[in-house]
Amino acid sequence: MDDFLAARLQMAFSLGFHIVFACIGMVMPFFMTVAHFYWLKTKKNVYKDVTKAWSKGVAIFFATGAVSGTVLSFELGLLWPKFMEHAGPIFGMPFSLEGTAFFIEAIALGFYLYGWEKLNPWFHWFTGVVVGISGLLSGVLVVAANAWMNSPAGFDFVDGKYINIDPVKAMFNDAWFSQALHMSVAAFVSTGFAVAGVHALMILKGKNVLFHSKAFKIAAVFGTVAACLQPVSGDISAKDVAHRQPAKLAAMEAHFHTGRNAPLIIGGIPDTANKKVDYAIKIPGLLSFMTTGDFNGEVKGLDTVPKEDQPPVAVTHYAFQIMVGLGMAMVLIALLYFIALWKKQQWLKSNWLLKLFVIATPMGFIALEAGWTVTEVGRQPWIIQGVMRTADAVTPMPGIAYSFYLFTGVYISLAIIVSLLLYRQIAMVGKLYDSSTKPHKN
Amino acid sequence: MIYVVIVFLWTSILLYVLLGGADFGAGIIELFTSKKNRSKTRKTMYEAIGPIWEANHMWLIIAIVILFVGFPKIYTTVSIYLHIPLVCMLLGIIARGTAFVFRNYDAVKDDMQKLYTPIFVYSSLITPFFLGIIAASSVSGQIDLQAQDFLSAYIFSWLNWFSIAVGIFTVSICGFLATIFIIGQAANDDDRNFFVRKARRTIYTVMFCGALVFVAAYHENIPLASWIFGDTLGLIAIIAASISLVIMFFLLQRKKPVLLRLLAGFQVAMILFAATYSHFPDIVLIKNGTNLSLLTHQGQAKAIDTLGYALLIGSIFILPALVYLIYIFQMKKEVQETH
Repeated sequence: MDDFLAARLQMAFSLGFHIVFACIGMVMPFFMTVAHFYWLKTKKNVYKDVTKAWSKGVAIFFATGAVSGTVLSFELGLLWPKFMEHAGPIFGMPFSLEGTAFFIEAIALGFYLYGWEKLNPWFHWFTGVVVGISGLLSGVLVVAANAWMNSPAGFDFVDGKYINIDPVKAMFNDAWFSQALHMSVAAFVSTGFAVAGVHALMILKGKNVLFHSKAFKIAAVFGTVAACLQPVSGDISAKDVAHRQPAKLAAMEAHFHTGRNAPLIIGGIPDTANKKVDYAIKIPGLLSFMTTGDFNGEVKGLDTVPKEDQPPVAVTHYAFQIMVGLGMAMVLIALLYFIALWKKQQWLKSNWLLKLFVIATPMGFIALEAGWTVTEVGRQPWIIQGVMRTADAVTPMPGIAYSFYLFTGVYISLAIIVSLLLYRQIAMVGKLYDSSTKPHKN
Repeated sequence: MIYVVIVFLWTSILLYVLLGGADFGAGIIELFTSKKNRSKTRKTMYEAIGPIWEANHMWLIIAIVILFVGFPKIYTTVSIYLHIPLVCMLLGIIARGTAFVFRNYDAVKDDMQKLYTPIFVYSSLITPFFLGIIAASSVSGQIDLQAQDFLSAYIFSWLNWFSIAVGIFTVSICGFLATIFIIGQAANDDDRNFFVRKARRTIYTVMFCGALVFVAAYHENIPLASWIFGDTLGLIAIIAASISLVIMFFLLQRKKPVLLRLLAGFQVAMILFAATYSHFPDIVLIKNGTNLSLLTHQGQAKAIDTLGYALLIGSIFILPALVYLIYIFQMKKEVQETH
């Protein structure tokens, strides 16, 4: 394996691993504080039990997310030193603020996890809210830094030199809002569906039903509401990408030829050599409408981009299809769930709806990973859009392939252990958390 | 503003060595404790570091962010030439951070603990060892920007007796910090005496490892002695550290845990000061003498300014919260105990 590919794969793997933990670590605190709020209000033990169980999950995911995030802050330099040498001072602002937000999160989590019976109950609850808010803020800031790579701002690039840098402008680049919005909502969708799915499975198995039903409802409401908001944010993102990174949009849509009344291409197999897509469903004019608001609007195709500046079409297109497809599936489940909540209460007791949620458990995270694949692969061959090529940023050190194997092995083992830990936490709910079944200590 | 940023950088590194170091020390001490006393040590340690252990490791992130935003050339040079020890340290950080959580949060306490515990204690040893190697390599002048072959560019930049000695010294410092810290956490007099004996032994170890560093420096032709003793301020720092060590030695038996911790922190701060002050503003020494300096290799003024403001604003939020966290879980407990 050549070093450049190895470096890209290692980065992709590290980010792909981190993102799952970071999302759960930033969204679960919200579920946890909602359950905690119900406990403080109603004094029903089941809510306290759910809160405590979830806080264990938060601790596990936060710690794993924190170490994988620490690793990433080094990997940026270990793998892409030329990039960091120039980009560091320009897009460093969100990172330095993120350091603060993350620090606050760690402190608040310390209060929360160890504060039972030590702190004023509402102050204790409030520290949980701080965990959630500062976690979300960290996420937004890191995404703002990534948005800068897609939409570089806050400097002048003259004769290969980066001058007149303005870190504040760089942070509030054109893409920061649409990306941060899309990602934050995605975090709620994927965590909501994943958590709801696990609890749905336990309800179906008939274990600690009351406990799991309460937990399911909180997670499901977060996940489904977010799922229905996501297409709106997706639309904002798509229009934004069409405007800023036409090559990326063209690759997402496998849209080879510039033209008016451009069709929306669903599925299909892109044939880059012959510049066409086989076996696809084409809806005439829809792509033009979605990106410009006019069925006759012009959409730039890959033909406007020099060959050496084109992103890989197939990967970007497939990833985009997976993301949108799964997103739509989750919207459907969400709508069914809303109907059940308002009109058809009997659906909530039936197994098929719960089974749908069980099937949907991994959907959010698959869509999330696919979405990041679109963002990152769709930007290639650039590491800073239009300014620096990824190939020019890679470390001169040879043998990165070994480092890739090593980190891959570590991350796979970690994923296995974390899964085992979660499995055990869930299997032990009856003994550890559910006070209606928990063996009483004397 | 550049000096504000430098102060933050130095302070973050110091706090990481002190707080993160005491954490690593907890694992190291566990490794060097007989089976009989291990669970006692472990329990006492966990109660002490549990609530703040995540926060302790944030200082490393702060330091690294300051480096790449404010001093990108320094960050990237170190990343390229010290790639291998950095990766080793990162693996240690991953293993340790996760093993710590796994062993405390696994719902079933079974044979998996036999997997987590060795990972935890050995990674507690490895991480500061490589941290020491990285710190030593940045001043040992073996980073060669003109190196043509793999060995001299990426291996001999960090692999020498001096950096290994500093690595061992760093490990001993971590153990020292942890034992001093744990004395104040002891549940009864028996435990206290046990931990005090342990602390004495770690102090001897630190002094021995410190001597080892000087021997290794002499062997590698690194003028360590003249760096540290040739400079008035550095000399004062070392003398102050030595005096406070003697005071500490006699105070070990007294029940003054906060004072002991402050003295230990002071000693480590003085050692770090003496080690960094003599080169200032240089921070990474390069083979041909084109050293990387915090002043000449800083980022553009605007980047430094915004970084400085971000850090100042951040510390307004972080410091009170952190102090309160430590107060709640440390002081309150001691107040309760004395009543």
